[in-house]
Amino acid sequence: MSQPFYVSPEQVMKDRADYARKGIARGRALVAVRYDDGIALVAENPSSTLRKISEIYDRLAFAGVGKYNEFDQLRVAGVRAADLKGFQYSRDDVDARSLANNYAQILGQIFTHEMKPMEVEILVAEVGVTPDTDQLFHILYDGTVFDERKYTVLGGDAEAIGARMKASFAEGQPLAAAVQEATKALAGDRTLAVGDLEVAVLSRSNGRRCFRRLTDDVVSAALDS
Amino acid sequence: MPMFTPGTDPGSSFPELLKRVGLAPAVDFTGDVSVPHATTCVALRFADGVVMAGDRRATSGNLISHRGMEKVVQADQHSGVAIAGAAGPAMEMIKLFQLQLEHYEKVEGSSLSLEGKANQLSMMVRGNLPAAMQGMVVVPIFAGYDLRRANGRLFTYDVTGGRYEEHDYVATGSGMLHAGTVVKMGWRDSLDRSAAVALACRSLWEAADADSATGGPDLLRGIYPVVATITDDGWQRLADEELVAVFETIASEVRGR
Repeated sequence: MSQPFYVSPEQVMKDRADYARKGIARGRALVAVRYDDGIALVAENPSSTLRKISEIYDRLAFAGVGKYNEFDQLRVAGVRAADLKGFQYSRDDVDARSLANNYAQILGQIFTHEMKPMEVEILVAEVGVTPDTDQLFHILYDGTVFDERKYTVLGGDAEAIGARMKASFAEGQPLAAAVQEATKALAGDRTLAVGDLEVAVLSRSNGRRCFRRLTDDVVSAALDS
Repeated sequence: MPMFTPGTDPGSSFPELLKRVGLAPAVDFTGDVSVPHATTCVALRFADGVVMAGDRRATSGNLISHRGMEKVVQADQHSGVAIAGAAGPAMEMIKLFQLQLEHYEKVEGSSLSLEGKANQLSMMVRGNLPAAMQGMVVVPIFAGYDLRRANGRLFTYDVTGGRYEEHDYVATGSGMLHAGTVVKMGWRDSLDRSAAVALACRSLWEAADADSATGGPDLLRGIYPVVATITDDGWQRLADEELVAVFETIASEVRGR
């Protein structure tokens, strides 16, 4: 009779983490950066129909990298959670922190209890009424949450892109500068065409629903300015 | 956080989602209840889209229960709803309808077609039928700009959820006869914006003049009807300053008779 092999918990966790990291590293990266009127989200995404960035609620946006079906499932769950909370209580009670905690719980649960971890990294961004209340929550495949202040990078090659962002980030920069900076950081020594980018903003001056996608024309004007 | 297995997933429907999580509003009313009834609303098509207008008075029997009620509200970027009927269920229905349109847009990544929105509202009106049987009737008007056809469209409903598309204009509420007649007399194909706004305001004026449950412009408190246009550029509510001028023109015309 054959005995099941003993595998130490450390090894199980390490294997799962390696598996998830590998899946995420294969995908293209995404940058979220603060600018004077809100938060800009710039993703390298040649598809104009399968989105990485989307609206969750009045002041909240979602972004995901990695396996599309997995982060899209999380996105829809987030829209539902936010709409339900706003319906039950008030629109003002929907915030990024509680949503990020919810996501962290789900990802952590799946990472430890399921056969396969989710191969995703996600971002929950909230644009505040004033710039100092803007929030960026970066959540990893195992449920680890980072609260970022200025910018955050998701996906493959995040360290190199993050280093480029660190060198160029300026507080209170206009939108065009933020989009340029994020595009340069994503590109490195390549050049990215407008068609390779998906760009959206959470803008304080956009009325109740702050989320807005930037069309190719607007993006190319920003890159050329 | 609400997660579902493929067989039980509510898709992009917010009312279905409410049912799954046990938050669906109950529609069982028993006994005869007296509730404030909201009153005259009109909508008409003009060259660039549609104009919607509604008075602000809510009545409870022979008492005025509210002077600043907004019965014409924005549903989403390119559509609006006007309600007549029991205020409580109507407000609840509108809140749910607005949420449903936004929820669909976010989950699916694109807006419903105007026809789809009209059908969605039809189902909500039908869902209110048990309450309507108890006297809590809600009959909305739905109007919007159809981006695919590039024109304004109007829909009216009955209590069973029946949906009827109107070509030129529509009126609802206790003052609908007066308002509807005024619009019928003045309506021409391709009216411009200011003529359409003036006609809508005139119809509300005449309704308020003849129907006790419809409020006219309240100069004392500075409360004017809600008037909005919906065009290619979306929903735009008229500022009170513009309405002051429109009603001043109507008043001086009536004085000079």
